[in-house]
Amino acid sequence: MKAIDMEHVQTLLDQFANEPVYIHLETTNGAYAKHFDSNAHNVGAYIRNAEITYERGTIVESDGTYRVGLKTNGWIYAEGITDYEMNDNDQLLMAGHDGEGRLMVALEISRTPFKM
Amino acid sequence: MVDFAKHEQVVVIYPHPDDESFGTSGTILNFRDAGVPVKYLCGTLGEMGRNMGTPFFANRETLPEIRKQELIDACNVLDMDLVMLGYRDKTLEFESKYEMADDLKQRIEAAGATLVITFYPPYAVHPDHDAMGAAAFEAVRQMDEDNRPEVWATAISNDREASLGEPDIVLDTESVFDRKLAAIKSHKSQAEGMLRKMQESSNFTGEYDSALQRLRYETFYKVDVDQVDS
Repeated sequence: MKAIDMEHVQTLLDQFANEPVYIHLETTNGAYAKHFDSNAHNVGAYIRNAEITYERGTIVESDGTYRVGLKTNGWIYAEGITDYEMNDNDQLLMAGHDGEGRLMVALEISRTPFKM
Repeated sequence: MVDFAKHEQVVVIYPHPDDESFGTSGTILNFRDAGVPVKYLCGTLGEMGRNMGTPFFANRETLPEIRKQELIDACNVLDMDLVMLGYRDKTLEFESKYEMADDLKQRIEAAGATLVITFYPPYAVHPDHDAMGAAAFEAVRQMDEDNRPEVWATAISNDREASLGEPDIVLDTESVFDRKLAAIKSHKSQAEGMLRKMQESSNFTGEYDSALQRLRYETFYKVDVDQVDS
């Protein structure tokens, strides 16, 4: 993956609009958050291979990281995105990593189901 | 002192590639050096891991294949047979414990295990650890009492000693630590962050020494599965 190029990501988001796509959306602070800090608690959410169609996808910059929103018949968004990649399976992968390279949030879009 | 050679077959049951290397590889190496075959039933490929390498080189979609290869490499270092069970990372607690236990029971019996090593629920912190351990306990519970393997369980929660007392087995892995560290480093995507942190700590005295300090001892509780709730 590489650092977000906002213009390029916007172009890619436009290419997936108005057709059925699969999404992967997750965020997590890890399974050990509470183990290492008793004041914390583990938080995460995860959805893989949800089929959706969005009419508009938008990337917005915010203090050096990015938010991506997809307007469906509801809404989907992810915050804290830092990196992206269009992989060999034509899947748009977007993720937010912390300073140690750990994934904190991911939003991915594909025309074919993500591998299980 | 553990008499490693008295065992005929060890089966290790953990959910993630690297669980075996960080917590139990010194023990595995001692069994292998005593000529005892060891089989690893690895639940998942750690598909949902957060660590992508430091700096990151994996992504959510490439991580499973990368971790699969790391697992194979680690098992080669440990000279241990590997079976990948094909469950999905972070979902084990939502599977049927009894279906998992049934599958594990057949594999334990087919292997002829005299010792099963797994996690100790609910003292294993990660939900997959607890779920895998609970299924392994249940698998042994469903076996004929006469043919049950011994069970050693790994507890890692902060309250483990308050709840369980001192571990029954404390193994010093120094004599095999070079290979233990090599097994850990096979899991490049997962180990780099820890190794980097070690290097940055103020008392860093070299990779081998610092790792030895942290990971030298492996501890287990001997479990009678009829005496535990999980």
